[in-house]
Amino acid sequence: MPVILLTDALIFLLIAVAIGFGVYAARHEHLRGPWRSVGRSPVGIAALVVIAFYVAIGLLDSLHFHPRLDAPTPAEPVQQEAAPENGAPDPGPRYSTQVLSVLDLWLTPLRERDEKTFSAPFATHLFVKEAIEQPDGSTVRDYPRLTHGGAHLKNPANRTADIVLRTLLGLVKGLMAWTLILAALTWWLARRRGETFNDCARAIWSGRTQVPWRVGLITLALMTVLGFVAAELAVKYHILGTDKVGEDVFYQSLKSIRTGLVIGTLTTLVMLPAAIILGIMAGYFRGLTDDIIQYLYTTLSSIPGVLLIAAAILMLQVYMTNNAESFESLVERADLRLLFLCLILGITSWTGLCRLLRGESLKLRESDYVQAASALGVRHSTVIARHILPNVLHIVMITVVLDFSGLVLAEAVLSYVNIGVDPTMNSWGNMINSARLELAREPIVWWSLAAAFVFMFTLVLAANLFADVVRDAFDPRLRSLR
Amino acid sequence: MSAYIIRRLLYALPILIGVNLITFVLFFVVNSPDDMARMQLGDKRVTQEAIDTWKAEHGYDLPLLLNEEARGLDKLTETIFFQKSLKLFAFDFGSSDSGRDIGYDISQRMWPSLAIALPVLLVGLSINISYALMIIFFRATYIDWGSVVLLVAMMSISGLFYIIGGQFLIGKLFHLVPISGYDTGFDATKFLILPVLVGVVGGIGSGTRLYRTFFLEEVNRDYVRTARAKGMRERVVLFRHVLKNAMIPILTGVVAVLPLLFMGALITESFFGVPGLGSYTIDAINRQDFSIVRAMVFLGSVLYILGLIMTDVSYTLVDPRVRLS
Repeated sequence: MPVILLTDALIFLLIAVAIGFGVYAARHEHLRGPWRSVGRSPVGIAALVVIAFYVAIGLLDSLHFHPRLDAPTPAEPVQQEAAPENGAPDPGPRYSTQVLSVLDLWLTPLRERDEKTFSAPFATHLFVKEAIEQPDGSTVRDYPRLTHGGAHLKNPANRTADIVLRTLLGLVKGLMAWTLILAALTWWLARRRGETFNDCARAIWSGRTQVPWRVGLITLALMTVLGFVAAELAVKYHILGTDKVGEDVFYQSLKSIRTGLVIGTLTTLVMLPAAIILGIMAGYFRGLTDDIIQYLYTTLSSIPGVLLIAAAILMLQVYMTNNAESFESLVERADLRLLFLCLILGITSWTGLCRLLRGESLKLRESDYVQAASALGVRHSTVIARHILPNVLHIVMITVVLDFSGLVLAEAVLSYVNIGVDPTMNSWGNMINSARLELAREPIVWWSLAAAFVFMFTLVLAANLFADVVRDAFDPRLRSLR
Repeated sequence: MSAYIIRRLLYALPILIGVNLITFVLFFVVNSPDDMARMQLGDKRVTQEAIDTWKAEHGYDLPLLLNEEARGLDKLTETIFFQKSLKLFAFDFGSSDSGRDIGYDISQRMWPSLAIALPVLLVGLSINISYALMIIFFRATYIDWGSVVLLVAMMSISGLFYIIGGQFLIGKLFHLVPISGYDTGFDATKFLILPVLVGVVGGIGSGTRLYRTFFLEEVNRDYVRTARAKGMRERVVLFRHVLKNAMIPILTGVVAVLPLLFMGALITESFFGVPGLGSYTIDAINRQDFSIVRAMVFLGSVLYILGLIMTDVSYTLVDPRVRLS
């Protein structure tokens, strides 16, 4: 039974908006041109491929449903947010109250194979000593074998060989998948360009195509191979270890992708209408409207962002503790909090865009074509829709892309201060927050931090590089500096 | 000049009133003091008496906007709005929910914050400017390209990792300086080295990149071309012309953040256990001490607006082309 969480609905709305905008941009040369130059930049393509991987995982994670409870399968809610606090709601006749996503379903082996507590990446033994009962009845304090990680090995000493073998297998599978994509792409390109398959392949390989397919394909190869190797190994090992409660860190990192993407994109989506409408109105109508809107955004931007977020989240917490019964499940609650966080982040971040748009509309207002339109008696709303809005869209786009990475980073910091996403939600900030305390251990538990670092760094780096390319393409002033 | 400053200060007043109203609505209207009391007392089955005592203890037992029972001017003053919100204008922050005087705490904790933020600003500024200048000197070479890649990569690392990494590498691995803590007077220096270092390194990415664009903008100007055409050496052009003119946006940007230095760095301070305003705020957030958060919101806005005014004034001082209007 499908469940649509609030953020899911907004994500679908966002996709619809993005598609609509894509169609619009494709029809208008002043937007299509810059995008084309983004497509011709090797850095842009490479970043786009990486981002596409993240988005794909995030989307898979956004399709939620209640799993069906078939009679024989023990639908044990493995430390999922199956609401122990709600006093164990009895499972419905056919559907579990647990909310899963398609990604969860796909990663079931990762999700359900929990250990007792910490274990290092690729470990076969637990990280802490425990009293183990020997066959002869005596107990020894030693590192026990993991219940799942490397459990298929009879002798843990063979681990290295097993890992190498599996890596090679993953490598081969990944390369095969990549070759398929490569062939399909070449075939498609060849048909479009009216060349033979071989000519086209040679053109791609020597980098003679306009769109730098070669760079894109190399990035794609890297990502696919990494993905397949990880998948191959993750089935038998905890490739990034397990955390304090024994949950697989790799699974957590993958689940965190959605949170990061939601924060990075929905925040902008939420703030866009207000920023665009108010910004253009202030610049276009001037006078009293301008004064009021300027006052509004100056006031909001003068409150330090973190403090405003803190205040708002504290208030939300008060509301949630007092209205705890109105949330069906913890997932729903966490989701509402995430959405609320997006809203608040949006409120703190729309002011910059609003100011930019106001300045630009002030300029556009004086241009000849707007003057002519007003003189001909065209209504204000039409002038704005036809002349002002299309001419500020590039600013909107640059801001959206530039803001993304900052928001993903902000999530981590906010979660560290406990004013970020719900503590039960998977997010990189929460991972860092809980792993931070374990640094004092000897030997130290580094894998949660490392995992969060790698996943976050890759996404933010790709986003930053992509944003640079987009900005260069849209901002003619900067382009001339090169 | 003074007339201009006074006018700007007067403009700031409505903004502060707005901030005040927003915090008031956020803290008292969205959730009633009853809700807050219930949250603080932390139990679902709190009796109404317990709530009332808590409210009376913390001065939340007054009506929100208008006190019908009082007479005369007290009708307006004996209210939460006046007692808790309007008094902020006189920098009377009242006492925190745990009973301490917020104003005193702030005046004590300001200095450790400043002791970290100021060195971070100064050292960071000099390093960023020199690095950006170096990149400009070698522009359109592999040094330029590699540096930009490095800067973007540094920008993409969350500030948390700089702190954790710094603490681990320098404090734990090499045992050079203590990981966290604070001391009075000169003894504090050894505790300050690490936070300052982390702050500077964490800021290099975005700072240098920003300054590089400032310099790039100046490098292509006509007067620079003229200077080169006269046969000046690149070094002289860079230091005498480009640096001087690019300093205008850099310095005014710095002036804007000067007042906010008092607020401290939230995360850094709480990580390193520095008793500054940043960790004060974080502690308040974690303890859900609304009075402190409210006071800090107001203080932060005041400092931000002060920074804006100082920026505008400094523009007129540094750049003769800008006139007061």
